[in-house]
Amino acid sequence: MIDFTEEQIQRYSRHILLQDVGVEGQEKIMNARVLVVGAGGLGAPVSLYLAAAGIGTIGIVDADVVDLSNLQRQVIHFTKDVGVPKVQSAKEKIEAINPDVKVNTYYEFLDSSNALDIIKEYDFVVDGTDNFPVKFLINDACVMAGKPFSHGGILRFNGQTFTHLPGTACYRCMFKEPPPAGAVPTCSQAGVLGAIAGMLGTIQAAETLKYFTGIGELLTNRLLTFDAKTMQFRTVPVKHRDSCPICGQAPTIDHLIDYEQAACDLKNH
Amino acid sequence: MAKITVNEEAQEVQLPLSLTELIKQNDVQQPEMVSVQLNDDFVDRNEWDRLQIKEGDSVDFLYFMGGGSR
Repeated sequence: MIDFTEEQIQRYSRHILLQDVGVEGQEKIMNARVLVVGAGGLGAPVSLYLAAAGIGTIGIVDADVVDLSNLQRQVIHFTKDVGVPKVQSAKEKIEAINPDVKVNTYYEFLDSSNALDIIKEYDFVVDGTDNFPVKFLINDACVMAGKPFSHGGILRFNGQTFTHLPGTACYRCMFKEPPPAGAVPTCSQAGVLGAIAGMLGTIQAAETLKYFTGIGELLTNRLLTFDAKTMQFRTVPVKHRDSCPICGQAPTIDHLIDYEQAACDLKNH
Repeated sequence: MAKITVNEEAQEVQLPLSLTELIKQNDVQQPEMVSVQLNDDFVDRNEWDRLQIKEGDSVDFLYFMGGGSR
């Protein structure tokens, strides 16, 4: 049992007041270890809300530096941070919001060589990445390591997210393999309304907090999609696929794969 | 005519109709960017041509969305 300081009771009072959270729930949040992959459009709101909520340890993986074109949606980075590694910029903001949070930074890309080692230190993983190779890598690594994760994707005016727990539908149950490289618009090519990143990222942050506190029903076996043009939200029931190559009955994938990044992505890199 | 549901919306379609043709009719601009669920089961891409739509079918198109970071 954590002995809350007066300051902590005050800081987290709006959580503690919630019957579903209370002191016990807040303690679970403060003992939680979350890995956020990508300190960009999704990783920014996710990290800010998780920091404010008092998540005990937040790990952030990102090999990029802040670019001026990021600031339209990546709200954890400020104008003064252009040129600074995103993990460093994010760490500074998290610590400024909440000194209780321990931040681990990984100034590198997640790939097949480091994914399992990094993920194993955490209880929950948030996918805030911008490309399919890493989305599949996170999925496969989390399934292999038995870790829950939140998937997130945004494009133009749309967003999608689901939460995976061991045994529930995974990304490959829904999308068997990455689309052909080159066919794939990502944010850097297709554009995105900045606030969409906030909408989706805060859903992912809420799912993370629900996971640790056990509140309500997670987005498992459901894919939430929304179109901000019409503000229509839809949750599509999805089933765990027995023939899934990673979590099915006879998995054919037994190692992590580094898929090719689309050529046009690399150009913008 | 057959009544089916596409992305939770009612549609009337002329049979026979393959899944590939239904995808075309629904203006899916990049079919390589969708995953298709028919009556709650995912259908592998290589079965789209062969699979015939029937009265009462419920089809969902799930789109790949890659953005988030950079």
